[in-house]
Amino acid sequence: MTKTWNNRAWFFVLPVLLLVAFNAIIPLMTVVNYSVQETFGNNLFFFEGTKWYEAVLASERFHGALLRQFMFTGIILLIEVPLGVAIALTMPRSGPWVSVCLVLMALPLLIPWNVVGAMWNIMALPDIGLLGYGLNKLGIPYNFTRQPFSAWFTVVLMDVWHWTSLVVLLAYAGLRSIPEAYYQAAKIDGASRFSVFRFIQLPKMNRVLTIAVLLRFMDSFMIYTEPFVLTGGGPGNSTTFLSIDLVKAALGEFNLGIAAAMSIIYFLMTLLVSWIFYTLMTRGEEQ
Amino acid sequence: MARIDLDNIRHAYMPAPKRDEDFALKRVHHTFDDGGAYALLGPSGCGKTTLLNIMSGLLRPTEGKILFDGRDVTGLSTEERNIAQVFQFPVVYDTMTVYDNLAFPLRNRGVAADEIDRRVTETLAMIGLAERARQKARGLTADDKQKIALGRGLVRSDVSAILFDEPLTVIDPHMKWVLRSQLKELHRRFSFTMVYVTHDQTEALTFADQVVVMNEGEIVQIGTPEELFERPNHTFVGYFIGSPGMNVLPVVLDGAVARIGSHVMTLPGATGPVGAQRTELGIRPEYVRIGREGIPVTVERVEDVGRRKIVHASIDGHPLAAIVPEDEAVPAEPHVRFEPAGINVYADSWRMDLGEAS
Repeated sequence: MTKTWNNRAWFFVLPVLLLVAFNAIIPLMTVVNYSVQETFGNNLFFFEGTKWYEAVLASERFHGALLRQFMFTGIILLIEVPLGVAIALTMPRSGPWVSVCLVLMALPLLIPWNVVGAMWNIMALPDIGLLGYGLNKLGIPYNFTRQPFSAWFTVVLMDVWHWTSLVVLLAYAGLRSIPEAYYQAAKIDGASRFSVFRFIQLPKMNRVLTIAVLLRFMDSFMIYTEPFVLTGGGPGNSTTFLSIDLVKAALGEFNLGIAAAMSIIYFLMTLLVSWIFYTLMTRGEEQ
Repeated sequence: MARIDLDNIRHAYMPAPKRDEDFALKRVHHTFDDGGAYALLGPSGCGKTTLLNIMSGLLRPTEGKILFDGRDVTGLSTEERNIAQVFQFPVVYDTMTVYDNLAFPLRNRGVAADEIDRRVTETLAMIGLAERARQKARGLTADDKQKIALGRGLVRSDVSAILFDEPLTVIDPHMKWVLRSQLKELHRRFSFTMVYVTHDQTEALTFADQVVVMNEGEIVQIGTPEELFERPNHTFVGYFIGSPGMNVLPVVLDGAVARIGSHVMTLPGATGPVGAQRTELGIRPEYVRIGREGIPVTVERVEDVGRRKIVHASIDGHPLAAIVPEDEAVPAEPHVRFEPAGINVYADSWRMDLGEAS
């Protein structure tokens, strides 16, 4: 059989190319385009070079949002990863309760993000919400629309409630993949419960935890919907994370140049930090 | 080191076993002598791993007692029994170095640091991993990992016994042979009580002084490799050991005469009165001689396996294998004779003693 050479086969790639072009390349290039130009409306654009980038990088407002963003991501990673692992460790390894646990764990992940925000908003209302009312009744002054600390507490709690399950499911999958012989060998070697965790379970979960940390990092770094619905970035700017700030600049103030430059910086930052995480966490395995 | 007595052990994986079939281990009553090298041989699912896990304490038997040097340890945990076990897939602690892997069981037992160092260094030399001591266990080959797993047992010089659960399954054929000889050597030097589970007859026969053959949750025969080969106690042992396995032909017995279909042959001895439903004659292919005299057979095919040939024939439809030397031709009208030394007679699958021929 002879091979037929036919360049028309390239047409098969066309649909994908169109799709990628319209949902990734063109929008991204539009943003790049905006980020280096100034406009006063009427579709008139003037090239400005790196002016917007310099403005963004020098602005107090951006520094503030960036700092809050890193704090938020740091806090939820520090809570969700250990908590997720701890929950996964207490889940049964076999039996009818496994599916019950898995379904319970998957539930928060199935709820749309704006619904999560709305749920927690109602729950945290100081006068009628279960959480807000309860805390105030206990004598703890709590009002997430007035006190920055309460707002932070609520946003973090909401994210932990929403996303710890993801870490749990990944960690559980990692735990389940450990052959029974490892536990038997550990028993024979007289290992303590902590040693089993430290030398068997944790190393075996390494890979899935890398994925969990990466996913949670990227997702939380781009968080928008839930805090937007819950606090709208307030009180003041106290829960204005990067994406909320970006939307404010782009749609609230119609500062296209600033917003575009911020988007590009934001995008490169997410990419960079993810890459650093990935390299650091997989470095040990290549030896 | 210890003597291990299994006192009427029965085990079932289901909660309320009633019938005999419910038991994965039907009834095992046996003693493993101090310092012996034993193999538990049998097909998959015959209960050998169950028996091993009962000895190591990972499983608690449904019934029966287990004694180490006369002390009842049935209720004791693995750790208290002081047993070492090597599993089918090499278990190593990936993030530790080879040295730390071996030190781990000692550190868990609170042994003093200089004592740990002495024993680990000694064991590393024993298993030939001294140069790799500082290397992480993660990057090692499967056979080195299995050596570490073995080393973690050996390092505890006071272990009651070392149990092996098909430890060479994932090892390259060439390394299998090396590791097996090393095990044998270690056994000779330190005379640990070793129990080795396998479904590979070569492994069992080369490793052990005494082979325990199991089938369907029962011990069918315990013996030296020669005994298993020459005098299989049960037709199962005949089939299972040897390559090809023993020929088993249905016969009608009448004193010192056996009738195979319409053919008659003389046995080396007479059987007593036979009350069994089914009587059979067992003969290993090694003891079947092909020539011009004896019982006529039909040759179906000849398999050349290097220095010898396996002749697959049949007597009145019953298959019969024979081994002939490479250079010997099969005659045109083949007949077979059985060497008297290789003849065994079975009643309901169990071997009968043949008395002296009168």
